[in-house]
Amino acid sequence: MKLSARLVAVAAVLATAACAPQTSGDSSSDKDEKTGTLRVWLFQEVGNKPKEKAVDSVLAAFEKEHEGTDVTVEYIPVETRAQRIKAAFNDPKSAPDLVEYGNTDTAGYVRDGGLADVTEEFAAWDEAKDTDPTARQSVTVDGKVYGAPYFVGVRALYYRTDVFRELGLDVPRTQAELISTAKEIHAARPGMYGIAVGGAYTYGAMPFIWAHGGELATGKGGSYASALASADARKGIEAYTSLFGDDNCPAAKCAGMGGNDTVTAFASGKAAMAIGGDFSHAAVEAGEVRGKYAVVPLPGVEAGSIAPAFAGGNNLGVLRSTSHRTLAVDLMKRLASKKAQGALFDGMGFLPTFSDVREQAAAKEPFVKPFAETLAADTKFVPASPAWAQIDSSLVLPTMFQEIVSGRKSVAAASADAAEKMDEAFGAVG
Amino acid sequence: MTVPMNPGTAPRPWRRRSGTPWLYLAPALVVLGGLLGYPIYQLGLISLFHYTQAQVSGGEPTRFEGLGNYAALFRDEQFWQVLLATVGFAAACVVCTLAVGCALAVLLTRVRAVPRLALMLAALGAWATPAITGSTVWLFLFDADFGPVNRVLGLGDHSWTYGRFSAFFLVLLEVVWCSFPFVMVTVYAGIRAVPAEVLEAASLDGASQWRVWRSVLAPMLRPILVVVTIQSVIWDFKVFTQIYVMTGGGGIAGQNLVLNVYAYQQAFASSQYSLGAAIGVVMLLILLAVTLGYLRLLRRQGEEL
Repeated sequence: MKLSARLVAVAAVLATAACAPQTSGDSSSDKDEKTGTLRVWLFQEVGNKPKEKAVDSVLAAFEKEHEGTDVTVEYIPVETRAQRIKAAFNDPKSAPDLVEYGNTDTAGYVRDGGLADVTEEFAAWDEAKDTDPTARQSVTVDGKVYGAPYFVGVRALYYRTDVFRELGLDVPRTQAELISTAKEIHAARPGMYGIAVGGAYTYGAMPFIWAHGGELATGKGGSYASALASADARKGIEAYTSLFGDDNCPAAKCAGMGGNDTVTAFASGKAAMAIGGDFSHAAVEAGEVRGKYAVVPLPGVEAGSIAPAFAGGNNLGVLRSTSHRTLAVDLMKRLASKKAQGALFDGMGFLPTFSDVREQAAAKEPFVKPFAETLAADTKFVPASPAWAQIDSSLVLPTMFQEIVSGRKSVAAASADAAEKMDEAFGAVG
Repeated sequence: MTVPMNPGTAPRPWRRRSGTPWLYLAPALVVLGGLLGYPIYQLGLISLFHYTQAQVSGGEPTRFEGLGNYAALFRDEQFWQVLLATVGFAAACVVCTLAVGCALAVLLTRVRAVPRLALMLAALGAWATPAITGSTVWLFLFDADFGPVNRVLGLGDHSWTYGRFSAFFLVLLEVVWCSFPFVMVTVYAGIRAVPAEVLEAASLDGASQWRVWRSVLAPMLRPILVVVTIQSVIWDFKVFTQIYVMTGGGGIAGQNLVLNVYAYQQAFASSQYSLGAAIGVVMLLILLAVTLGYLRLLRRQGEEL
């Protein structure tokens, strides 16, 4: 009796709990209130004050326009943004109405059901026609728009003017020249990397693949297929990995380096060249090479061409769970407007996503010129697939580069394996 | 559990005995059940579904997968390589930790008060250091460009983290460094509790230091050694921070991945919670098997624990 009663109780508990793991249900809200409090999450940048100033002036105008509204902005730390935003998707009640997010996360967040489709509002927005195509691509998934580009980040070639002058070298105009110049410098200055490269520096390696006509993946929407094992992509991988070795950047040290490590090596004077972003400018200025370097667009394969760069950056997006949709979309447009992006550039140096605003910025600040040129030439974006987050976090590309530079696998074998892993990830979400 | 055959008769003494202990245990069982049982139950449950961020936040419906996650995991060649590396690495760490910890515990009983205090403080310092700090410091010591170790050994700019075994060795040093104090302090306390006359008798019989340890101390300290061994096995099998920090998330081309870092990379960083849960369940089963197997082995040798 006693035992069976206990068994029944246990079984009952299990039966009530055993249905399925928790989900938060469909988060979209059908309310569209015109007053109340709007909550905004923006990223907390290093030296955030100028950003706050630029944002505050937008908010003041917004609150004046919409009576009875109040906007609270929270600056969330960049390191924990993924957890914060996931938590916001899980719990719509405590979620903000508007968020800033990294543009490689767009497809994943859309799949998670977190971002609202703002295609109509974006099309009707008069300023959107000047948004550059890659920035537009970074908010687009399956032909629908899920936010407004906030700023872009792009990489170019930093080089040491003093080293080049002393060795009588010209600035490389093709990737072949880049490689030979790097090796010449290392031969003349053995303590220095010709160009600092990293096996884990995916965004520094991508331009080599793209410049040789390769692609990371081809396809549209849900059905991507990896193109890493194509002949063109392999040529690019070959070019990038040829920079690792005792004649430039020894694999024992450089295989493990990421983007920040290469910039640090350049800033501390350990490298004659590096691929760095407009956002690396401050770090290099603070280093030992201040006043002894210049920046040019990373050369392509043909003389005079520019290698397509990866267009990083952040977007603003309205959450699907918002109960103030109209207001949130309006605030998004204001924060991402030409004027606000211009102010953000003046304060923080983040490149505007509008081609015309960027040109004005380049006229004001000469350091922007090579980056603006790179953006104007051609930029590319990672596949707009939710699988990209998985490919990125399971280190498919760094593993491929490291396998090649450590001599474990040939370019053909490593790229075939990486392509297989990518296809598996694409297949799993398709 | 014995079930009474005849509930109508007056309670016999044995029956009361069988019920009362459960009553006393109930509060502890409820807490344990809530804190241990429920999470494990959830872990097992999630591992049977297709459960990613999209399912958690309601972007897509949850789908029952059965053993699909386990099948995917066992098909993955890398999983087996990582599992093998984890077992080997954990075994090496356990052996080194126990050897260093026991040796220093014996040393503690042999030295004077001041050096003993110094050794204790040094060990406690290592113990108190957070794993992430310890890893960073060790990494700096062995840094290719600025590390003092290379300078002292005259190795130039040799990179310790490039080779697979050299990187594992470096991490092993850190793991041993931060986990030997627990073994040392526990074993030292055990040695102190060993009656002095036993040791005196051994030394009167002319037993060597090693002989005393093998034939007198180790058998008497057996229960303590069992506990520290199981603890070390569990800790070292689950090592995460040291590998993650010192090898930059798994080493060159993933050569230094261990199961926990692999689970994080494959599953949690990309929000594939169900796959991560499956890896968690597999780890749990392995650790349970190791622990139970070890306890059984001891029991067969006639030790009651």
